[in-house]
Amino acid sequence: MKRDKNIKKEIKESIILALPIVIGYFPIAMAFGLLSKNTLLSFRDTSLLSSLVYAGASQFMALDLIKAGVSSSSIVLATFLLNLRHMMMTASLAVELKEIPKKYIPLVSFGITDETFSVISFNKEKISLGFVLLLNILSYASWNIGTIVGYGVGEILPSSLQSSLNVGLYAMFAALLFPEIKKSKNILFIALISVLIYITLFYSRIFTSGWDIIVGVVISSLLGLKILDHSKGEV
Amino acid sequence: MKSYLLLIIGMAIVTYLPRLIPLIALNNRKINKRVEDFLSLIPYTSLSILIIRGILTAGDGMMVATIVGVGIAGIISYIKGNLVLSVLSGILLSFIVLNIPM
Repeated sequence: MKRDKNIKKEIKESIILALPIVIGYFPIAMAFGLLSKNTLLSFRDTSLLSSLVYAGASQFMALDLIKAGVSSSSIVLATFLLNLRHMMMTASLAVELKEIPKKYIPLVSFGITDETFSVISFNKEKISLGFVLLLNILSYASWNIGTIVGYGVGEILPSSLQSSLNVGLYAMFAALLFPEIKKSKNILFIALISVLIYITLFYSRIFTSGWDIIVGVVISSLLGLKILDHSKGEV
Repeated sequence: MKSYLLLIIGMAIVTYLPRLIPLIALNNRKINKRVEDFLSLIPYTSLSILIIRGILTAGDGMMVATIVGVGIAGIISYIKGNLVLSVLSGILLSFIVLNIPM
């Protein structure tokens, strides 16, 4: 009985943590579905993009590049660069996900996005196979159903509502990050340094989109190590 | 309608591999303490960068709404620690900002 209760509690907690992603993904996926239709992609290709690629930023970028007449190989290369950041994210999760049985790793890693990564990273004490899978599945479902609905009836959402729902994901990033700042001054410094470094990279235009994120994360994390050394503190 | 099947399969592969390889490569391997510290900082640095990137790339008319949405979500989560409430407040406030006639 007690075990049952614990599982129920775990499921409830996982759903609550997945909710902001589900809420945030749906309208963005709708916007994607609608835009894809307007870019003259078939329904099959639109839903395959969401179900097989499952990477919001790359999907929007692909539509942009298709419209601009860019070759498929260039689009694949651009997608690779844009998603290389997930390599650092999953590497950062590797220590935490050690408890998860090996055979589930291919499934779990498929569901790692900026958003699921963030929620998992900041809820390390809750990590279990059930939690991670449920989070992944709910987010995936929201993204894919949103895409289909958007392709079908996306026109009905007023554009200002679409745009503000879009802000939801950034609001979620902020809502995950800010409580961490409260825990340690080092994190505040590291966050500010990351922002300054990215602004510099963004306006200097040395790196193309995708690389700028990766270089920014590497430089700021290395500087973060120095800050930790200096204060002899843990994160 | 043109078929983009090959493109989509290519995109799927280059998206999946970066997600999969680190988990397989680092699973069960002892990671150097220094590397582990570096990796443990990535959630903070990447989130900060994704937020500022979202603001910088928001485009005309969306930048203020994005800053307001992010700001209010940050403040509410800092005080209350409630993720859903913070996100909904961020969405609501950015919607209000977008609908204020300028």
